[in-house]
Amino acid sequence: MLDSVEVTARVGEILIAHKGMEGSLLPILHAIQAEFGYVPQAALPIIAQDLNLSRAEVHGVMSFYHDFRENPAGKHVLKLCRAEACKSVGADRVATHAQKALGIEWHETTTDGKVTLEPVFCLGLCACAPAALVDGKLVGRVDEAKIDSIIGGLK
Amino acid sequence: MKIYLPLDSAAVALGADEIAAAIRAKSADVTLVRNGSRGMVWLEPMVEVETPAGRMAFGPMTVADVPALFGDLAAHPKALGLTEELPWMKAQTRLTFARVGVIDPLSLADYRAHGGLKGLERALGMGQPDMVTEVTNSGLRGRGGAGFPTGIKWKTVSEAQADRKYIVCNADEGDSATFADRMLMEGDPFTLIEGMAIAGLACGATKGFVYIRSEYPIAIEVMQKAVEIARTEGVLGTKVMGKGPAFDMEIRVGAGAYVCGEETSLLNSLEGKRGIVRAKPPLPALQGFMGKPTVVNNVISLASVPVIFEKGAEHYKNFGLGRSRGTIPLQIAGNVKFGGLYEIAFGLTLGEIVDKIGGGTASGRPVKAVQVGGPLGAYFPRSLFDTPFGYEEFAGKDGLIGHAGLTVFDDTADMLGMARFAMEFCAIESCGKCTPCRIGAVRGVETLDRLGRGDASALPILTDLCNTMKSGSLCALGGFTPYPVMSALTHFPDDFSTQKEAAE
Repeated sequence: MLDSVEVTARVGEILIAHKGMEGSLLPILHAIQAEFGYVPQAALPIIAQDLNLSRAEVHGVMSFYHDFRENPAGKHVLKLCRAEACKSVGADRVATHAQKALGIEWHETTTDGKVTLEPVFCLGLCACAPAALVDGKLVGRVDEAKIDSIIGGLK
Repeated sequence: MKIYLPLDSAAVALGADEIAAAIRAKSADVTLVRNGSRGMVWLEPMVEVETPAGRMAFGPMTVADVPALFGDLAAHPKALGLTEELPWMKAQTRLTFARVGVIDPLSLADYRAHGGLKGLERALGMGQPDMVTEVTNSGLRGRGGAGFPTGIKWKTVSEAQADRKYIVCNADEGDSATFADRMLMEGDPFTLIEGMAIAGLACGATKGFVYIRSEYPIAIEVMQKAVEIARTEGVLGTKVMGKGPAFDMEIRVGAGAYVCGEETSLLNSLEGKRGIVRAKPPLPALQGFMGKPTVVNNVISLASVPVIFEKGAEHYKNFGLGRSRGTIPLQIAGNVKFGGLYEIAFGLTLGEIVDKIGGGTASGRPVKAVQVGGPLGAYFPRSLFDTPFGYEEFAGKDGLIGHAGLTVFDDTADMLGMARFAMEFCAIESCGKCTPCRIGAVRGVETLDRLGRGDASALPILTDLCNTMKSGSLCALGGFTPYPVMSALTHFPDDFSTQKEAAE
């Protein structure tokens, strides 16, 4: 975790970079998450003051969207699509396999902090399903063997 | 030697970047163009080599197939022949997707050479009412799913009095089985920019936003670069194309909320708020982004505008059937042999699309159901395969075409499970503003679980709940979730009754 002095300084820079932008809260939260890997609680009152919002409003926005994390994720994030097109070719089977292989459920991180497993609803790879996103890298036609090699490849 | 290899997400997910590295390692004399995808996803990664006879296609490529590209092309093990001669390509009517897979997506010169900016140039010589009339006459209807006539929306914004107006492109393509917006943005971003600029001129708007979902990293990157190029080259800016009024654009990124594909929820998100649905009226066309008159159109609607202005409203209108005019990019997905994007005039039957174009299931088993229109669309059984693809035609069968995505399921699909998933998804993604959706979806999951346990008394409750959600929800999320649920129940009663009998 970062100390609040560091958070304050960097959040301040991000806020300055977004001055004058219409409806800037989402871009600001994205920038903060890109910087820290999550949105630190300490950032919320700073954003609130800068945008003339209440802290509750900023918290409400942040917690509404699935993308924004309150805590850091594992070293690697494995996202598996759970939507219909992927289900039609075995996404449920693949997900169960991944959960067993990692020993975790959705939204959990392995005890060694290495892998976080998350569901995603559609990556637009519906004609080469099931789909996965491994640390930002798209993977199509995922099956059990591919899951094993993906997990095996995460250092 | 000039080689084309898609940067399209589907191609990349199937190994295109590794193929690109292998090509570059093999030869330094190659001009490698990362283009959009031709839409034949089962052939991706598909490489094209420019030859005097035309572009020759090879796929699906593996790294091991790369060296043979530098030998006798006709003898290559993955040779498919000339791309334009492939049956999938020849039978299409590519109007909106004419340039996707053909040009270098980030070359404005390439874009111009293939007819780009002609529509915008024509629009610059027209008055605002004429521009709106052109769109109205084309018969273009919102391709995002609702099918609202685009011209009427533009007319409302165009005639509204305000100090600022906005064009917002809804690129929050969250429906499973849909990827046309993504392919268009990745493969031909300037078409969307041109369409938005024309919308800006027609409506008197000076600012445009493209709201792209965060699950589309490649589309975001391509669009951001394309907007910068368009600005540098003077297409966008204080004078559109150096002579028109001002119009500029900004790319915004969503944050994983499905409901933000709903236009009013999207506007709230764009304003930096929670993606909560707004009650209508007021219409976004009068009070949209920041309370100002705003056009909210889907990517494909806006990307169809340039060709309408280039070739004329009549040309576009001559395709289609009934009140569904023009072409529609079908997205054939799920358990299907030939999956991908296929642009064609409205009017093919569902059976022709699934069996002939899609070639049936990938698993080789019989097709059981096809979900048309994404997670909020109905499941169609084989007995409805004679339904022609059109807005009214599908509505007449208690379904919708939505964004024209089709998910094919084979006979192993558990329709009770799919109905439960529809309710579960609605519960996860509900914005929480209206009760039928927020509470109804949770109750729907519970009720379907009761059915699954063999409790037949849950059936009338489910039907009643679906009626409440359908007529009482504020937006399509709660309002349309009953479509997949009720169609599964109506068309596949065996999947609901077997489990009942087993429990009895």
